[in-house]
Amino acid sequence: MQAAQIFSFHGGIHPEQNKAQSLQLPLGRPPLPNELILPLGQHIGQSSRPLVKIGDKVLKGQTIAMNNGFLSSFLHAPTSGTISAIEERLIAHPSGLSDLCIILTPDGQDEWTELTPLVDWKVGSKTDVLAYLSEMGIVGMGGAGFPTQVKLQGAHKHPLSHFIINAAECEPYITADDMLIREKTLELILGIEILQHLVEADQVVIGIEDNKPTAIAALNRLLDERNSTIKVAVVPTKYPSGGEKQLIQLLTNKEVPSGQHPADIGILCQNVGTCVAVHDAIYQGKPLISRFTTLTGDALKSPQNVEALLGTPIAHLLDYAESEQKKLHRLVMGGPMMGYTLDSAVVPIVKTSNCILAATKKELPTPAPEQACIRCGMCEQACPASLLPQQLLWFSKSQEHEKAEHYNLFDCIECGACSYVCPSSIPLVQYYRHSKSSIREAREANVKSDLAKQRFEARQARQEAEAAEKEAKRLARQKATTQKASDKAAPTKAATSATATPSAASTNDESKKLKIDLAIGKTKLKKLQKQLLAAQENEHLEEINALQQQATEQEKQVALLEEELAKVSTAAPSAAATPAPAKAPVSDELKKAKVDVALIGVKLKKLQKQLLENPDDNEIKTKIAGFEADLKAAQALLEKLGANGPATTVAKAAVSDELKKLKIDAAIAKAAVKKVEKALKKAEEIQAPEIDAIRQQLKEAQQRADNLEKTLANPAPAAPAAIASSPANADADKKRKIDLAVAKAGIKKAEKNIALLKEQGKDEAEIEASEWPKKLAEAQAKLATLETETNPSETATAPAASMTPANADADKKRKIDLAVAKAGIKKAEKNIALLKEQGKDDAEIEASEWPQKLAEAQAKLATLESQTNEPTAAPKIETKTSDEKPNLAEQIKKQKIAAALAKAQINKLTKRLENSVEGTPEEAESIQQEILAAQQKQQDAERLLAQLTHSQDNTQENR
Amino acid sequence: MALLRITSPHTQRAGQRTSWVMQMVILATLPGIIVQTWLFGWGTAINLIIAGITALLCEAAILSMRRRPVAFFLKDYSALLTAVLLGVALPPAVPWWVTVTAVGFAIIFAKQIYGGLGNNPFNPAMVGYAIVLVSFPVPMSQWLGVQELVASGNSLSFMQSLQAIFHHLPAIDSYTMATPLDGFKHKDLLDSDTAFNTIAALQTLNLRSWMWVNLAYLLGGIALLWLRIITWHTPVALLGALFVMSGIFYLIDPSNAASPVFHLTTGAAMFGAFFIATDPVSSCTSNRGKLVYGAGIGILVYVIRAWGGYPDGMAFGVLLMNFAAPLIDYYTQPRTYGHKKAKTGLNIKEDN
Ligand code: SF4
Ligand code: SF4
Repeated sequence: MQAAQIFSFHGGIHPEQNKAQSLQLPLGRPPLPNELILPLGQHIGQSSRPLVKIGDKVLKGQTIAMNNGFLSSFLHAPTSGTISAIEERLIAHPSGLSDLCIILTPDGQDEWTELTPLVDWKVGSKTDVLAYLSEMGIVGMGGAGFPTQVKLQGAHKHPLSHFIINAAECEPYITADDMLIREKTLELILGIEILQHLVEADQVVIGIEDNKPTAIAALNRLLDERNSTIKVAVVPTKYPSGGEKQLIQLLTNKEVPSGQHPADIGILCQNVGTCVAVHDAIYQGKPLISRFTTLTGDALKSPQNVEALLGTPIAHLLDYAESEQKKLHRLVMGGPMMGYTLDSAVVPIVKTSNCILAATKKELPTPAPEQACIRCGMCEQACPASLLPQQLLWFSKSQEHEKAEHYNLFDCIECGACSYVCPSSIPLVQYYRHSKSSIREAREANVKSDLAKQRFEARQARQEAEAAEKEAKRLARQKATTQKASDKAAPTKAATSATATPSAASTNDESKKLKIDLAIGKTKLKKLQKQLLAAQENEHLEEINALQQQATEQEKQVALLEEELAKVSTAAPSAAATPAPAKAPVSDELKKAKVDVALIGVKLKKLQKQLLENPDDNEIKTKIAGFEADLKAAQALLEKLGANGPATTVAKAAVSDELKKLKIDAAIAKAAVKKVEKALKKAEEIQAPEIDAIRQQLKEAQQRADNLEKTLANPAPAAPAAIASSPANADADKKRKIDLAVAKAGIKKAEKNIALLKEQGKDEAEIEASEWPKKLAEAQAKLATLETETNPSETATAPAASMTPANADADKKRKIDLAVAKAGIKKAEKNIALLKEQGKDDAEIEASEWPQKLAEAQAKLATLESQTNEPTAAPKIETKTSDEKPNLAEQIKKQKIAAALAKAQINKLTKRLENSVEGTPEEAESIQQEILAAQQKQQDAERLLAQLTHSQDNTQENR
Repeated sequence: MALLRITSPHTQRAGQRTSWVMQMVILATLPGIIVQTWLFGWGTAINLIIAGITALLCEAAILSMRRRPVAFFLKDYSALLTAVLLGVALPPAVPWWVTVTAVGFAIIFAKQIYGGLGNNPFNPAMVGYAIVLVSFPVPMSQWLGVQELVASGNSLSFMQSLQAIFHHLPAIDSYTMATPLDGFKHKDLLDSDTAFNTIAALQTLNLRSWMWVNLAYLLGGIALLWLRIITWHTPVALLGALFVMSGIFYLIDPSNAASPVFHLTTGAAMFGAFFIATDPVSSCTSNRGKLVYGAGIGILVYVIRAWGGYPDGMAFGVLLMNFAAPLIDYYTQPRTYGHKKAKTGLNIKEDN
C-alpha cells in the first residue's frame, strides 16, 4: 500500500471544525420512537410506490414501497409494526414542503423479516447484483440520494480509472462518516470490495481529510492486514474537499468537465455510508433501514453520533441527545455550510440525513446585515469552482441572467465558501440560487411558449381547413338545391350525396390531419422521453427537470390532439348519420311505418298475452284481431313505401346495418385505443420498460380504429354487396320474425322493469344506473335492426291487397293508440314543465329522460297519425266520405302540432347553438345539422298540412 | 421558540467584515504616516484630521440626502479610508481648502454620486487628488523638505504647520523643496549624473528620506498581504512593470533616464502600488485581470514620469486604468472548474 498522490484545488476555506463535540460519546442507539415517518421520496428521482395499505402489519426489513421507474428506489420497514397511515407529512426539505409518507407504528418487537443475503455476488451476473442493490433501497448517502444502482450502471459507460470512496467529510460539525469508519471498518472495506467487483476500476482510493486520524489509522491497519490494494489518500483539511468534484481534483488532478459527470472521465465516487449499506445488503441481506447521523450543536447537552432508523422524527433524536429547547435557535439539517434550516423538529431522518445541527444563537448568530460588495475578491479566492462570485452577484442583482450564465453561474456548486468569506455579509449563494431558479423558469417558460406556439399554429391550420370545408359544403348544398329543382325525380339522392358525403369526407380529412399531428406529437414525446432517460442515466440532474417539464407538456399536447381526434371521429359518424333522415321524405315515412309495425307488434303481443291469461275475453280477441289487421296494414304501407325506393331503401337498410356494425367496431377499437393510451401514460409515468410494447399496441389499435373509421366514412363499397344479399333473405324471414318477437318481449320486460323502478320511487339517476335502460336500448336497437332486415323481405312477400279489408278495424285501434300517445306526450310535457318550474336548467332537463320520452311519444304520435291518415286516405275517399272530414280535420290538427313541435325544436336548437358558440366548431356544426333536419321536418309537416287542407277544401267542395 | 430559517451557509468568517477590512487598510498606512510626520513635520497629521472630518461630514450629508442609514454606512470606514489616503498623498503643508476640496470631491462626486461604496468606477481618492492637482498646481507642488536640506534648516513646528495650513506662512518657501521626482523632471538638459550631483532635490539625503517613506508603505502593504486583504497581483505587477520599464530605458539611455531603484523608491511608488491601485472597487477582479491592471498602471506611471507633464503619474495612471478595468475584466475571466478554457469577452452566445 503506497501513499496516494494528493493534488490541490482552487480556493477553499478553513471554517472552524467543531467536530470534537460529537465524538466524545460513543455511538448512540436511540430507543424506538412512537412512530416512524417514511417519506416516499428519499432519493433523487421518482417517489417510490407504496406496496402496503393502512393497517398492514410489516416486519423489519420488509419492502413497503417499490421503485417507480428507472430513477427511483425501494423503501423498507425500519422495524416491525403496523402501517398506521399513508399521508402527507412535513419532510426535511429546504422549502419546508410536505410529501407523501408511510407512517409506521412500531410494535416494539423489532422482528426481522426473512433475510436473503446475496451470497453468490461474486459469481452471479452483475446486473443481478445491481438489481438486488436497487431492491435493497440503496441510494447515495452522502448528499443527493442518487440511486446507487443507477450510478453504478452509469459508471459502466467508460472504463473506470478511479473508484473514489468519499470519506472526506469536510463540513464542520459532521462526524457521522468518521464514526462509521471507526465502527464499521471491516464492513466498509468489504462493501468497497463488492463495489469494486462491480465496477472494476484501475484504482480504488479512499479520500479522507487529515482531521480523522483515528479513522485513518483504523483503515490503514485493516488494509495492511488484508493486503488490500485499496489506497487511503489523506487530504488536507479544507472545505469543500468532500465535494465530489473537488475530491476528484484532489486525488486525480482531473476536472469533471462542466455539464458532465465523473463517469464521463472514468471516475466513480461513492460515499462511505453507501459502501457499508452495500455490505449489509449483500452479506446480511439487510436493506437500508438505518443510518449514522450526527447530533450536534450547543443546544444539545450530549452531542453524539447515533445509528438512527430511517423515519425517526428529529424531535425524538433531539430528546435523546438532551436538547435544551430554550437555547435552540437554529435547527439545521446537514452541516453549517450546505445544510438547510428546518422549522420544525417533526420531520423524519431520511437516507441522506447525515447531521442534525441544533445551534444556539451564539453558535450560529443571525447573519450581519448585508453591506455593499466592495469587490474585495475574497469570494473569488475562496471559490473552489474558480468562479467570479462578485461578478455573478452583480449580474444576479441586476437580473442579467445571460451574463450570469456566461460567467458560468451553473458551475457553482453552492458550497457557500464565498458567502462564508464575504466581508460584506452578502448571502451570495442565496442570490445564485435565486438566479438559477429564475433562469430555469425562463427556460421552461421558453419551452412552454414554443409548445404553445406550435399548438396555436396547428389550431390555426385546422380552423382554416374547417373554413374551407364549410365553404365547400355551402357550395355543394347550393348545387344540391339547384339539382333538386331541376331533377325532381331523384331529389333524395342529390341531397344525400351533397350533404352526407362532403361532411363525412371533411371530418375524415380533419381527423387525418389530427392524426398526423398526433403522430408528430408522439414522436416528439418519444424523443423527449428518450432524452429524459438518457439524462437520468447520466445523472444530468439539471436537465432532468427541464426535460420532464417538456415531456409532460408534450404529453398534454398529445392528449389534447387525441381528444380532438376523438371529437372529430365521433362527429364523423354523426355527420354520416344525421343527413340520413333528411335524405328523403320516403325514408322518413318508411321509418315511421316501421316504427308503427313495431308498435303494433308490441301491442299485439301484449294482447295475446292477455288473451292467454283470459282466453274467454272477447274484447281482447277483437282487439288482437284489430291489431293484427293493423300490423298487416302497416306492413303493407311499409311495402308500398319500400316500393317507392326499393333499391335505395334496401341498400340503405343494409348499409345502415353494416354502418352500425362498423360503428360499434369503431367504438370498440377507439375504446381499445383509449385504454392502451391510458396504459401508455401510466407506463410513461413510471418509466416502465414495457413502454415500447404498449406503444406498439397503441399504434395497432389506432390503425384498427382508423381503418374502421375509413370504412365507416365511405360505406359505399359495402352497399352493393348488401343489396345482393338481400333478395336471398326470404327464407330467413321467419327466423327474423321470431327474433323480432323475442326482441320485443325484451323491450317490454325492460320497460316494465323501468316502470316498476319508477313506481318504487327510484329517481332517474338510479334508473339510469340500473341495467334496465341499457337493456331497453339494446333491445330496441336489436328490434330496429331486425325490422330493417324484416321489412325489405316483407315488402316482397306480403300481399299488397291483404291489408285493405282490415282497415276499418284497425282504425279504432289506431285511435286508441293515438290517445295513448297523446297522453304520453302530455305527461312528458308536464314533467318537463315541472322540471322547469323546479328551476332545473336546460342541461339538466336535457339529461333527464323526459325530453327523450316526449320525443318518442311525439314520434309515436306522428307515426300513428300518418298511419291513420294514409290507409284511410286511400280507401275512405271512395267509400266513406262522411268519415273523411273529421279524419282530415284531425290530421290537419296533427300536422299543425307536428309543425309547431318542429318549430319549437328549431328554437331550442338555435338557442343551444348560441350557447355553444364558445364550444367547439364540431359541436356547433352538429347542432346546425340538427336544426336543418328539424326545419326539414317542419317543412314536411307544413307541406303535408297544406295538402291536407287543400284536400279538405276539395272534399268540402265535392260534397 | 421560532426557529430561524435562512439558507446556507450558516456560518461566516468571524470578525472579518468590510469595516474591518477598511480599518486594517487605514492601520496599514500608519508606518507611512509616522515616517512622513517624522520627516516632514506635523502637516501630514493635520491634513489627515481635516480630511477625515471633511470626509465624514460629506458622506453623512450625502447619505442623509439619499435617505440611507447614515450610521450604518459611516461605520464601514470607507469614507475615512478615502480621507486617510488623500491626507497622506497631499503635500504636508497644503492649505486646508485644497484638502477639503479634494476630499469633498472624492466623496461626493467620485463615490456617492455613483451610488456609494462599491459602485464607484474610479478610485475616489485619486479623483480628488487629480482634481486639486490640476486646479491648484502651486500648492500641490510645495512638498516640505527634510530639515537638513531646506533653507531654514528645520522642519515646521506644529504651530507653524497649523499656520501654514490655515492661514499663510510667509516663510513657507524656506521649508519646502522639490521632491526627487520633481527635481529629476526639471533637470532639463542635464544628464542624470550631473543632475544627481547638482540638484538639491536629488541629494542622497532627500532620496533616502523618500526611500524611507516608500519602505514604510511597503511594510504596510506587506501587512495587508499577510492579512489577505489584498493579493500580491496588483502591487507586484505594478512595481514589476515600473521596474521593467525604467530598467529598459535606463539600459538604453543611462545618461538621461533614472535607475529602476530611483523609480521604485521615490514618489508614490509603494503607496500607490499597495494602497491606491489595490482599491478593490475600482480595480479588476480576477487575478489575471489584476496583473494586467497593475502592469498597466506601472507602465503609465513610468510614461508620465518620463515624458508627461507631471512629476509623478500614480493618480493618472490609476484613473486611466480604472477606465480600462471593466474591459480587462471581460477578457481575464478565470478558467472555471470543468471548463477547458476561460471565457473571454462578453460574447454571450458562444459557449464552451
Ligand atoms: S467577498 Fe463579498 S464584498 Fe468581497 S468581492 Fe466577494 S461579494 Fe464582494
Ligand atoms: S457557492 Fe458557488 S460561487 Fe460561491 S464559492 Fe461555492 S462554487 Fe464558488
